[in-house]
Amino acid sequence: MSATLTEPAPPQATVAAPDPTTAAAAADRKPLTRKEIIGDHPTWCPGCGDFSVLAVYFKLIEKRKLWHEKIVTVAGIGCSSRFPYFLQAHGAHFIHGRALPFATGLSLARPDLHVFAFGGDGDAFSIGGNHFTHTARKNLNLTYVVMDNQVYGLTKKQTSPTSPLGFKSKTDLWGAVDYPINPMKQAIMAGATFVARTSHTNPAHVLQMMEAALDHEGFSFIECLSECVEFYQGAFDASNPRKGGAFNLVPAEHDVTDEMAAYRLAGEPLPGHFGIFYQVKRPTKNALEAKIIKDVREKFKGLEDWQILQKTFDRMN
Amino acid sequence: MSTATVGVSEAAAAPPVEAVKEAVIRIAGNSQDGIQAIGGFLARLAGRSEQDVMTYMTIPSTISGGPSIFQVRIGSGEVHSSGDEADVLLAFYQHSYEEHIVHLKKGGIVLYDADHVEPKPDWELEYRHVGVPISGLTVEAIGGTTRDKGKNVYALGLIAKMFDLDAAKLRNLIGERFSGKDTSVAANALNAFEAGYSYSVGHLLNTFRFVDSQRRGIKQVVMNGNEALAYGLIAAGVRFGAGYPITPWTDIMELLRRELPKYGGMFVQCEDEIASIAMALGASYAGHLAVTGTSGPGLSLKTEALGWGVMAEVPLVLVNVQRGGPSTGLPTNVEQSDLNIACFGSHGDCPRVVLAPANVEDCFYTAIEAVNQARQYSVPVIILTDQAIATRIEAFEQPKLEQICQQLTPDFTPVATFKPYDLSAPNGIAHHRPPGTRILDGRYPIASGLEHDEYGHPTASAKLHTLMSAKRRKKLQALAAQLPPPKLYGPPQGKLLLVGWGSTHGPICEAVDRARAMGESVSALHLKHLHPLPNGLEQLFSAFTHTRVVEMNDEGVYGYGQLAGILRARYCNPKILGINKTDGLTFKVREIVQRVNAEVVDGMQKY
Ligand SMILES: Cc1ncc(C[n+]2csc(CCOP(=O)(O)OP(=O)(O)O)c2C)c(N)n1
Ligand code: SF4
Ligand SMILES: [Mg+2]
Repeated sequence: MSATLTEPAPPQATVAAPDPTTAAAAADRKPLTRKEIIGDHPTWCPGCGDFSVLAVYFKLIEKRKLWHEKIVTVAGIGCSSRFPYFLQAHGAHFIHGRALPFATGLSLARPDLHVFAFGGDGDAFSIGGNHFTHTARKNLNLTYVVMDNQVYGLTKKQTSPTSPLGFKSKTDLWGAVDYPINPMKQAIMAGATFVARTSHTNPAHVLQMMEAALDHEGFSFIECLSECVEFYQGAFDASNPRKGGAFNLVPAEHDVTDEMAAYRLAGEPLPGHFGIFYQVKRPTKNALEAKIIKDVREKFKGLEDWQILQKTFDRMN
Repeated sequence: MSTATVGVSEAAAAPPVEAVKEAVIRIAGNSQDGIQAIGGFLARLAGRSEQDVMTYMTIPSTISGGPSIFQVRIGSGEVHSSGDEADVLLAFYQHSYEEHIVHLKKGGIVLYDADHVEPKPDWELEYRHVGVPISGLTVEAIGGTTRDKGKNVYALGLIAKMFDLDAAKLRNLIGERFSGKDTSVAANALNAFEAGYSYSVGHLLNTFRFVDSQRRGIKQVVMNGNEALAYGLIAAGVRFGAGYPITPWTDIMELLRRELPKYGGMFVQCEDEIASIAMALGASYAGHLAVTGTSGPGLSLKTEALGWGVMAEVPLVLVNVQRGGPSTGLPTNVEQSDLNIACFGSHGDCPRVVLAPANVEDCFYTAIEAVNQARQYSVPVIILTDQAIATRIEAFEQPKLEQICQQLTPDFTPVATFKPYDLSAPNGIAHHRPPGTRILDGRYPIASGLEHDEYGHPTASAKLHTLMSAKRRKKLQALAAQLPPPKLYGPPQGKLLLVGWGSTHGPICEAVDRARAMGESVSALHLKHLHPLPNGLEQLFSAFTHTRVVEMNDEGVYGYGQLAGILRARYCNPKILGINKTDGLTFKVREIVQRVNAEVVDGMQKY
């Protein structure tokens, strides 16, 4: 009997159940060094918030011994979405707004990989808004980091779906009039099982969130405030202690399984709180599909694929 | 009905038995009457009896029912099309009778439900009428009310008697169809069948018997085009798919959703068509060649991501079951108007492969060919079928599955070094190493939609854009050189060459037969590989005085249809003209013959 999508044949052991030989070998293998992961020099403007997210991603790879063959990085289009080129690992630079369905296909087809998707606020909540909702509700096993700069960076300062009311851009000369989307509320409502907020100004916190997201089984969403120094300078000063703002952690007594409490946190105005707002366990689509496959295949034990098809054709004559 | 030998039995009370080579039976009623089921039984019986069969059906686009027909043509010889005119019309209602009698041959038999149909005296002179109170007799046989479904099976019994069909095989088929359900359902169906079968139609008209099929010893399968395509994908080794429902593609996705888990695969219902192609590309990039599919409007939505597949050189199979367009168009009618978008849709220079199967059997094999071309050339391949081929049922020789079925296992073997877009690769054909592959020199590939260098990293170099554009194009040129030259139907030279593609294959071939029988010098060429076209077509064209491209699409602003336009552009041949129509129905053989006569043969004789 052949391998299935959800139970791949060796040599690729699944993340969930690593093959003991690989596990032993893995223990000896040195984690990748920063030098081994650095890719193209980022094309970002000096001072862009996205640099620190990339640096944290390198750190995560080193610290958590994520080898080249165990991860894949996917993005849509935008300044932030240039991510995959900036590291030496398998990656795909897809089209504007559609990184999540692409990452979904990857995640479902390859349970042995950890899939990371990166993108901007326009990519995630404007053109890709519907995909965000559906990826969250399907609870795909993957991590999605949105670098929210509340503006369209790559296309040079148009209003983004997260731009605050009154934000002056090239498409809102008199200030933005459309009510902004709240990514955290959006994620909670859509059924994401891990919803966290962080800011590029606090790399240690970004790393903490990325690690928690990596460990989470299911759709882990991180909104990372990431300043666009070119088109929206100072957007997040209120949350940056170095600029006189406050970086408040989620209160210790916050119950991350309490959806209403998470929703209230999400509704706070800037600077708000940082940390995990919401985290619950719900079966992933990956696991549910794997179970369907396993149950269905029980009935076809020992048959080659062509014999299964033959059985079907025998009923069609 | 083409009669072989006539008048076998002349016994006193028994009706005369006529031996026939083939018959066209049109069943007209409402969609909720289960007429599709009768058609399906007849088609499958023909398949089991080694006969050729082709069906044609219409389903109303509204779910609440409404008039619907099923036409089945059964033959002991080869059957190319579902037949222009019916030999027998089974009419359940007055509207069925009145609307469909025009499709009956003069002198043909109308078998009508006397409880619902009032025959017209004028028509009684032209057609042979047989009234049977089908509704009442069904109630008598199995109880219930006339609204109950049994009358379709009752009518099947009548037809079985009339055509001396193998009743034992039909009983088996009925039993299989209703197995699993409440046993009383199967029992009722069988009772209705027996009642119909034993009702004596004999004293009203003659009965028929099909002459033996010439194809003894061939095991056939019976299915529609959507099924054949879906099973072809499975046989080819496709284990991941994603889609969004839209008629007439939906059946394929439902089937794959149901069947793929048996093979360890899965099919995902997505939020829209863009997500579907994105997901399929994600799985393909991951190393498992995936399929997505759609009809009409959905293809428009997929074109941006399709361009990514071309640019990033990721294999993909994209099925498009054509229906009438533009926009929502004619959702349940046939048209061949998506050829241009299939060949050229998406911005930029965007070479992809387009294939169109000619019949149901070809759907199965085209799916396999598409999968292998996508993999071999690292390119998206579009399979263009249409509503007619999707829904019609045919019998064909059972594929030899043990030989045909493929396993596609991704290769994760570590490599020393790797360039995903290697410009030195012969004919530009390079293959991806899926994520999970270790690349020992530490340079990892990016699948990129930006113009890129050989590693997939973005470049603004004009020179690289020129080289990479050529690389993507050369792959298709290499493929074209590999394609078998298409076979002509009829002699290799003459006055007129009919060129077709996709589901018009059958009627075009029959039209050639008819025209040749009338002494005209006509041949046909059927193109399956539409993009790239096979090499050498110009030689074939040059042996004919006239060329007409027969297509179910509009003649366009300049007077020719979509394939004709492509052929004219390719061969600079102004002799290439079209025979087009946009009535949402398949070509009738007669329509083609009439157009050939009017436009070409008569025209030529004037010179
Ligand atoms: C289909 C399509 N529409 C529009 C664009 C142009 N475009 C590229 S990025 C972008 C917005 C980027 O904003 P965001 O996602 O917030 O990313 P940022 O650059 O701010 O990181 C737009 C409109 C495109 N590439 N594709
Ligand atoms: S434009 Fe803004 S988001 Fe883009 S790189 Fe520059 S600073 Fe960063
Ligand atoms: Mg942005």
